[in-house]
Amino acid sequence: MKAEGKVIKYGDNIDTDVIIPARYLNTWLPEELAKHCMEDIDKEFVNKVQAGDIMVGGANFGCGSSREHAPIAIKASGISCVIAKDFARIFYRNSINIGLPILECAEASEDIDEGDEVSVDFDTGVITNKTKNKTYQAVAFPEFMQGIINAGGLVEYIKKGM
Amino acid sequence: MGMTMTQKILANAAGKDSVKAGELIMADLNLVLGNDITTPVAIGELDKIGQGNVFDKAKIALVPDHFTPNKDIKSAQQALKVRTFAKEQDIVNYFEVGEVGIEHALLPEKGLVVAGDVVIGADSHTCTYGALGAFSTGVGSTDMAAGMATGKAWFKVPEAIKFNLTGKLNKYVSGKDLILHIIGMIGVDGALYKSMEFTGEGMHTLTMDDRFTIANMAIEAGAKNGIFEVDELTEEYMKEHSDREYKVFKADDDAEYVQVIDIDLSKVPHTVAFPHLPENARTPENWGDVEIDQIVIGSCTNGRISDLRSAAEILKGKHVKKGIRAIVFPATQKIYLEALKDGTLSTLVEAGCVISAPTCGPCLGGHMGILAEGEKCVSTTNRNFIGRMGHVDSEVYLASPEVAAASAITGKITAPEEVM
Repeated sequence: MKAEGKVIKYGDNIDTDVIIPARYLNTWLPEELAKHCMEDIDKEFVNKVQAGDIMVGGANFGCGSSREHAPIAIKASGISCVIAKDFARIFYRNSINIGLPILECAEASEDIDEGDEVSVDFDTGVITNKTKNKTYQAVAFPEFMQGIINAGGLVEYIKKGM
Repeated sequence: MGMTMTQKILANAAGKDSVKAGELIMADLNLVLGNDITTPVAIGELDKIGQGNVFDKAKIALVPDHFTPNKDIKSAQQALKVRTFAKEQDIVNYFEVGEVGIEHALLPEKGLVVAGDVVIGADSHTCTYGALGAFSTGVGSTDMAAGMATGKAWFKVPEAIKFNLTGKLNKYVSGKDLILHIIGMIGVDGALYKSMEFTGEGMHTLTMDDRFTIANMAIEAGAKNGIFEVDELTEEYMKEHSDREYKVFKADDDAEYVQVIDIDLSKVPHTVAFPHLPENARTPENWGDVEIDQIVIGSCTNGRISDLRSAAEILKGKHVKKGIRAIVFPATQKIYLEALKDGTLSTLVEAGCVISAPTCGPCLGGHMGILAEGEKCVSTTNRNFIGRMGHVDSEVYLASPEVAAASAITGKITAPEEVM
């Protein structure tokens, strides 16, 4: 599986309240949530994001609330993958569970700039920065988690096991 | 190699003699929790699993506390979805308005969590029950759905940071000051993926309410869970609130910790977290003159009876400064009634506070106390992220009930000693 797109970049400690403010949590519809994704930190995000774009963050991405609405909003906005130095643990788990690909890579998180053209190979964890002509190696998923990803999320994984 | 408290609980729940940090395990769950925001998503996922029934209707708690009493039609629809599901599945622990309280204050009060339990909740502050010596952690809606279907959840066994507490907190300093002090020390990712284990002779001096406050905010340091050693006080609390049998797990003497932090409670200062991260902890000499518009006392962090009493002690015979809005929301109906009967609420109302229903409301910018552009609020809640309590250009200063009450009197961030 691969993703390829232009990078939209943010800093450290991007919390779930800025990814999707609680005032919009009176709906669970992905397309409604996507309309307000990143609104409190980047009003232009919803206008500039293109299907396939890659979001890059710094440390502790997705900290705060357990709202699954956060990765759902990012996924529904068209983002194909999130790369960060590291992720807050509930966000990490939620992303895997709903099938939003995420990768931990400190080097890529530091080196990649807004607007760079990047491709990601999920099987190898290799991130290629086409603009800068560089590659980075992301942390591999544990085998167990790879199973959930390959099944297409936790629900499908459980269905297979039952 | 010995195990930490958390590792022992997880080993027990996974049916293993021992586990190691980093190991992936499948654990049996004692309770699966959801609220009115996260449960509707979980119901959708449960439908997709297609199992029909939940694994155990007595081991699921549905607590519609976030946007209730419902603030608008959309949130009423969400609550309706949860209510309908609870009826269909005959969920034992569904709490309607009138009996509902803020989930993390409500479940211990109802005796639904005891020491040794493994609990997941689709709310990040599920880590609160670590105060009882349980392993509890926040998850998303899909994990909640999987938990409701199977009664199990997978976990990566966490490493741990040990907090060795000595001494005793000073007057007007409480659990909130301690946890903000700790987060200021280690940062919002200081305990990422790890357990925060609280032990040492000083922990016995902390009230249960203080322990709930501290465990509650473990997530604000990125922790998987926060947990207190079980002592006599914990056992008393559990016996008073629950008929369930509990299991006490104590860390082995040779348990491995990635870090050990010694804290003398008598040296913990009043601490306020400035915008926009809980790690921006400042002590009084660095508060400056921050003029405020509102104070909020309540939430799963600080809406318990001792929090309300501490605030009332400071506000007794005094008045909220003209122009300042002071909003108090008791966390549960029981706390509300207790505060009503012992005069705490009269004291607060006489001082100019408004008392709200038990709800998460203002904490997450939901309802009942939203901030306008440029407004500043001293709040006993748990997050001060950008836009957390309202307008993107509003500011939240996290504080103890004591500091919030004192600030209401002066209209700026104030230490309790200044008004006493």
